[in-house]
Formats: sequence, C-alpha cells, structure tokens
Amino acid sequence: MRFLTAVILVMILGFATCLLFPWWSIALAGFITILAIPLKPLQSFFAGFTALFVLWFLLSWWISSNNDHILAQRVSLLILKVNSPFLLMLFTAFIGGLIAGLGALTASFLKAKK
Amino acid sequence: MKILAFSISAIVTGVLIVILNSTLVLPAPLGKLLSPQHGLWQNAEPVNKNFSESLHFTGLKGKVNVYFDDRLVPHVFAEQESDAWFVQGYLHAKFRLWQMELQTFAAAGRASEIIGKKAINHDREFRRLGMVYAAENSLKEMENDSATKSQCDNYTAGVNAYISGLSESELPFEYKLIGYKPEKWSNFKTALFLKYMSYDLAGHEEDFEMTNAKNQFSSKDFDLLYPLKSDSTDPIIPRGTVYNAPKINVVKPTTADSLYFKDSSIINIARSKPDKENGSNNWAVSGSKTLSGAPILCNDPHLGLNLPSIWYEMQIVTPDFSAYGATFPGSPAVIIGFNEHCAFGFTNGGRDVRDYYDITFKDDSRKEYWFNGQWQPTTFRIENIHVKNDAPYLDTVAYTVFGPVMYDQSFYKDSAITHKNYAVRWSAHDASNDLKCFSLLDRAKNYSDYKVAINYLLTPGQNCAFAAKDGDVAIQTQGRFPAKWRRQGDFIMPGIDSSYMWQGNIPQDETPFQYNPERGFISSANQAPADTSYPYYLGSDYPMARGYTINKKLTAMTNITIKDMMALQTNTEDAFAQMAMPLVLKYINESKLSGNASKYLNILKQWNFKDDINSTGATVFGIFWDNFEKEVWNDEFSKIKGVTSMPSKTTLLEDLLKDSSLKFIDNVNTPPVETLTDVLVSSFNTASGLLTKIEAGGKLKWSDYRATHIDHLTKLPALNHPAIVSGGGPLSINALKEDHGPSWRMIVSLTQKIEAYGVYPGGQNGNPGSRFYDNFIDRWANGKYYSLWLMTPAETGDKKVRWTMTFSGS
Repeated sequence: MRFLTAVILVMILGFATCLLFPWWSIALAGFITILAIPLKPLQSFFAGFTALFVLWFLLSWWISSNNDHILAQRVSLLILKVNSPFLLMLFTAFIGGLIAGLGALTASFLKAKK
Repeated sequence: MKILAFSISAIVTGVLIVILNSTLVLPAPLGKLLSPQHGLWQNAEPVNKNFSESLHFTGLKGKVNVYFDDRLVPHVFAEQESDAWFVQGYLHAKFRLWQMELQTFAAAGRASEIIGKKAINHDREFRRLGMVYAAENSLKEMENDSATKSQCDNYTAGVNAYISGLSESELPFEYKLIGYKPEKWSNFKTALFLKYMSYDLAGHEEDFEMTNAKNQFSSKDFDLLYPLKSDSTDPIIPRGTVYNAPKINVVKPTTADSLYFKDSSIINIARSKPDKENGSNNWAVSGSKTLSGAPILCNDPHLGLNLPSIWYEMQIVTPDFSAYGATFPGSPAVIIGFNEHCAFGFTNGGRDVRDYYDITFKDDSRKEYWFNGQWQPTTFRIENIHVKNDAPYLDTVAYTVFGPVMYDQSFYKDSAITHKNYAVRWSAHDASNDLKCFSLLDRAKNYSDYKVAINYLLTPGQNCAFAAKDGDVAIQTQGRFPAKWRRQGDFIMPGIDSSYMWQGNIPQDETPFQYNPERGFISSANQAPADTSYPYYLGSDYPMARGYTINKKLTAMTNITIKDMMALQTNTEDAFAQMAMPLVLKYINESKLSGNASKYLNILKQWNFKDDINSTGATVFGIFWDNFEKEVWNDEFSKIKGVTSMPSKTTLLEDLLKDSSLKFIDNVNTPPVETLTDVLVSSFNTASGLLTKIEAGGKLKWSDYRATHIDHLTKLPALNHPAIVSGGGPLSINALKEDHGPSWRMIVSLTQKIEAYGVYPGGQNGNPGSRFYDNFIDRWANGKYYSLWLMTPAETGDKKVRWTMTFSGS
C-alpha cells in the first residue's frame, strides 16, 4: 500500500514539477516522495521508476497519437535507428523512470535507518 | 555506511542528469529532449491543431487579422503597414525560426558556435570573404532609408516578440535536438540573410581555375575552350538589338599583356562554391499571345532543395497594397509574386562580380602592401570565432583598398611556398538596399513603378521579369555590374596599382532590357544577357539549353492558356542532347562497340530527348556524355597542378560542330592520334560498362538514376524527404537535379480577376513534427499546382479560411 501511494505521489509530483521546472525535477519528485513515505532502497527505486515509466509512457503515447506519430517515426529512426514510435515511447519512459528512481533511491538512504 | 550510499546515489543521479541534460557526452541532450512536457514530444503537433489565437503586443498601431487557409498559408490584413511587417516577422519566426537563424549563423561565419570545430574552416572562409563586412555596409544603407528602416525595425520586433514568448517546451525541435537556444533577431541579421542570398547567387566565379587554364593553354586554345560567345545561345535580349555607344570607356591597363595575361601562377586553392546551377526560368507573354488576351508571367527559381524550404508562402495586405507570393524567412516583403496590378519574377544574372587581386605584403606582419608605388597600410579586422565545446578561434584578416585579403598564408598552405596573397573584390561588399526593390514591387501598379523599384536591386544581379494588367511586359538584366575590359577579372589580377581596379559600374540605363517586344514575350533562363554587340564585356560561362527551349516554344505558341504554361514550366526536353545526337550518330562507329554498348546505343537512338520519369535514353545520354567529356579533357587538364574547371558542355559541342577534328580530341598521353570516332566509341564502351551495373542495380530509369531527394538542413536522414519520383533534368526547363531544382513554380495570369498558380517543394511549417512540414512535395513532384488565393477583405467569411489569428496593441 505504501508502495502504491509512493508511486502515485511521484507521478503527481513528477507531472506538477515539470509544469514549472526543468525535466530533471522528476528526480526531486522521487526524492521528496520517499522523504515523506520512506521505503527500503530497492522499493524506493522501483516506486520512482514505475511512476515515471508509466507517466512518461502515457504522456508520450497520448501526444504522439494526436500527431499520427509523424514526429515519433522520424525521431525513432534518428535516435534508435528503427522506425518505431512505440520503442521511442518505451525509451522515453525508461529514461524518466531511471532518473526518478535514482532520486527516490537517494532519499531512501537518508530515511531508511530511522 | 548510509552516508556513503547516499553520497554515491546522489552523485550518480547528478552525473546522469548532467549527461542527459547536455551534449558533453551524448550527441543530444536525451533527457531534456525526451521529456514529454519539455522535449520533442511537445513538437509533435496535433494533426487537428487549431492555429487560431488572439495576441496582444505593445507597439502595434492597429489591428491585424491573419486568415490561414487549408494549406496553412497566411493572408495578413493589417490596418497599418508597419504592423504588417511585425506580423510577417512573427509568422516567419513561428513557423521557420530555426532555419532563419541557422542561415544567418552560416552567413556570419558562426556555424562553429552550433556544430563545433568542424565548422571553423567554413566560418573563416565566410568571414574572410567579407560576409560580415558586406552585411554591415548594406545595413547602413538600409537604415539610412526611413521606409526600409521602419520595415526592418517592425519585422525584427515581430520576430523578437515570438522569441520572447517562447517557453522551453515550445522551442523548435532542432534547438532541442542540438541543444541550444535562439538569439534575439536584429536588422543586422536580415542584412546577413540577404548577403547569404548574394553569396548563393552572385558568388560564382572561376578565377583560380581560369588562371591555371590560361597558363596551361595557348591563347588560341584558351579561346576555343572558354569562348566569349556561343552560337547556339539565344540571348535574353535578342540578337540584332542595337545598342548606343557606352557611356563608360573602360581602359585596359598598359601592363595587361605583360603582367596580367602572361602571369604564370598556378593556384591550388580548393574552395566552397555556390552551386553553379543556381539558375532559374522566367518569362512573360503579352496578351497578343494568350487566349484570354491578358499577359501571363511565369517564374521558377532553381535553388538547393531543402527542408524547411527557403520559401514561405503568404499574402500581405495593407491600406496601400495587397501582395501575394513567396517570401524569405529572414527578410520582410514578398520576394517573388504579384499584387492586384502586376506580377514579378527573377532569374539569376550570373555575371562575374567577384574578382581577386594578387597582393604583395612588405613582410609576414601583413601591415603594409605595395600599391601605386609605395607601401600602404592595411587595416586589420579581427574575427573572433566562438566554438562549441572549445576555445574561441581568433582570425586576423588584412583589408586593402580592394577588399579583404581572403587567402594568405594563415589560411591556405601553398601560400607559405608561393608567397601569394589574394584580396577579394566583390560587388556584394558595396552598400545596397536591395530589399527596397521588393518592397516597391509589392506595391507597384505599372511599368514605371517597376522601373523605379528594380533600380534598387544591385547585388545579386537578376533578370527581372514583369507583367501588368494594363498589358505591359518587360525584362531588365538588372544589377550593379562593373564595367570591365575584355577578360578583366577572368583571371587573378595584379594588385600593385589602381589600373586593374574596377573603373565604374555599367550605368543603370545601359543595362539590357526589353519592353513590350514585338515577338510578344520576354524570357530569361540565365543565358547570356545580350549578344556580343552589347558594348560592355559580359564574360562567359552562361548556360544555353533552357533559354533555347523556352524561346523556341514561346515563339511557336499562340492562344496560350495557364495549362500551356504549366506544361512549359514542367517541360522535360533536353535541347542540348537534341543538338548533340546528330553529331554522335554521324561519327560513332557501331561495329566497334563492345558488350552491351549496341543495346544502349539503340536505346539512345529511340530516345525522344525528354528527361521523363521512365526514360532510359536520358540516363544513357547523361552517362555517355559525362564520359565523353572526361575522355576529351582529362588528358589535357590532368597536367594542370592546381584547381581546374572543364569547359562547358555547350562549348565542347559547338567546337565539335565547327570542327570534328578538334585538336583536344586526341589523347596527348598516347602515341596514336585519336579521332572523334575513336573517342566516341571508347567513351560509349566505358559508359556501357557503367550502365550495365546501373541496370543491374535497377536504376536505369531516369528518375531512379537521378534520385532527387530533399534533405533537412541538418542532413539527418530521418528528417529528409527521400526519393522524389519526377521528370526533369539539368538541361531541361524542369531543371531538376539530385538536390537542386525549381524551388517555387509560379504562374500568374493578369486577367481582371487575377488567376495564379504556384507550388514549392516543402510545406508551410518548418517543424518536422507537423503535417505541414513536407505536404506540398508530392504535388510539386507531379508537376501539379495549387491555386493561389489573392484574398480580398470581402472574403474573410470564405470556407477556405480555417484559422484566424488576431494581433492588436495592448
């Protein structure tokens, strides 16, 4: 339950901070959430990772669908060397997940011992 | 222990963020780029995007309504003219900001700031050519004219209004990909953009190559290789036109024969050059030749084909005028287009307005140079080139009375051995307010307005075609052209005294022009402006074939319709091949052909001389003639140690038509004396080998072989538009090449209600994530057009209006 709460909180914070701050504020979203809802290090990482993986996948999928995937086709070819908007969304989700997860992991080391 | 884990985790997170936020390690800032709320996803424009919005800016004097039609072409209706330029700047920025800034960076020699040290050589070359110096000179002239200054000020304010309102997520895709941000626009950047066009259109010369050729060949041979007249050329102003005695008497220096024509330097400087094929077609037919009785004007400028396109289509309506046409993102005004009274179009003049002078420095400090019998001081311009992820590069350029010393030992290696330094004299260095030509044409009502307007167009020199509702048609081979003595500036000139300097410009009233000619049409396709009875030296190296075809067709045509003009603009006949084939067939010895050569010769015999999509004859001829030229020239030209430029196709053909035993036919490296038949057979056999391979690769059909593609300016394949299927070739009116060709096709019939058609190979939105990025290309490739809508205020409710933007003062 705490895990799920943390995931949802990271998602909300991750979306909100990015309205105002640079993209890497998703790390802070993970960090702050774990300060508020302490979890073990591995759990923390996965909470942050899952949250942003899902959030960024859904966001990019939604935006790209409205675009008929015109840009995602081009950029997937450019960055991943294959024409696959889906893969580009997964890659986007992975990077978001990784940074938020690392932010969460970092916070877990401050709180875990208490 | 926890502290250690915390620290490691924090550091790893931080380092990863820095890597993904910059281009220090990765070629693109991946995190920033992929963030759905900041990065590229934000550029994935919804296909049903609503472009309507209402905007307020201080400084606007009245209201401006912008009606976008279904092709995203804006029709700008401004209560005040100044506001129209503001909105034009705003719209250019909104749809094309990245390209317009990139072009000015390239023009100013600042590419290294964006792409790093690999661009240093480009940047040095452009700065040493004096591009920035030239733009500074012209900016002064532009800002001295109050109308142009106001126009540019408002345009700049419009661009900057857009840039100021840009959030990170709204940055054009390319900025995110490369990882930088736009600067503020300025009038100087507009001047730089226009100089970039001068570089492209008035920057072509072969002075180093010609100097080498002159020193390799006897003067008789040189005249055969680079003749000053061409028999097959049908000049822009027809043969037989009578010209008055020149107002300027040009004096050849007394030392020319000893110092200039006898100079034996060999130059080995490879340099970037604008595309030699930067040409165009324009023509206008009088009402006497059209079905409607109204004149029709046509224009298709041939430029490098890129995405985003160099053109942006729009209509601008002010209380004084309503102009429609192709505009340059980077500059105010409609450049090629029409208004309610007349139409105007341009082709490149192609005159040689860039020369080099051999400068003698006193010593390596370059502080003094020998001129008019004494040591004169140079002035230094220090070019500070900023380099992405590297230290700045400082380049000191010495300026002389001629202009900047572009080539010296700090810039090219051979100079250290030969101690040669070359200053460049370029007409684009001289101040001019060329923009005013277009601003005045936008509001021109008749021939006399046109004459006043084009007098402002100095560099690049253009053949300006004009047609008006009142029935007038005209063409002027306009520009600021130095009056030169015969062969002046064809080679590097001595820079030791003033006798070799340009002695003045050809007076404007002596530029060749035609007004309502009896033949019922005017035309130009970059061929020679006049025949040799024109009293000023015109140089050589003008293309022949397109102009020949256009004039032949127009002469024969009557009751011309718009449809006829579309067919002519996309005509694929190759006049050159048509002239060459009888000679080839007369002299080739079929019994000596080997392998598949007979098969290919049969294809050639059946060819209709059209560069059509499925034509195999066009491919055979193209490859055969290339090899024939190489076989004729390579033996002589490979003896030159420096840079070379082979004689033109037309020259070789004309020389052979006059003398089939032309001495250059013989391969000087072999003991026997080859005949024309020998060389034709041998080059056809070589071509046959190549053709066999091409056929095996499935590329024998002309369109497959020519393989036209339209690349994004970054040349990143994922952003390109590949494999255009279309007819046309370098020598046909539809002058399509691999990455170069008709960049805007326009046809305007000047009937009471103007009927106009146009298309360009691109799309209105520069964003690769927009459905408007390249949506015109297929229609363009198929030779089809869009109807151009000169919208009136009464039509604001028309169903063609899809979106409306309003601008007002706050």
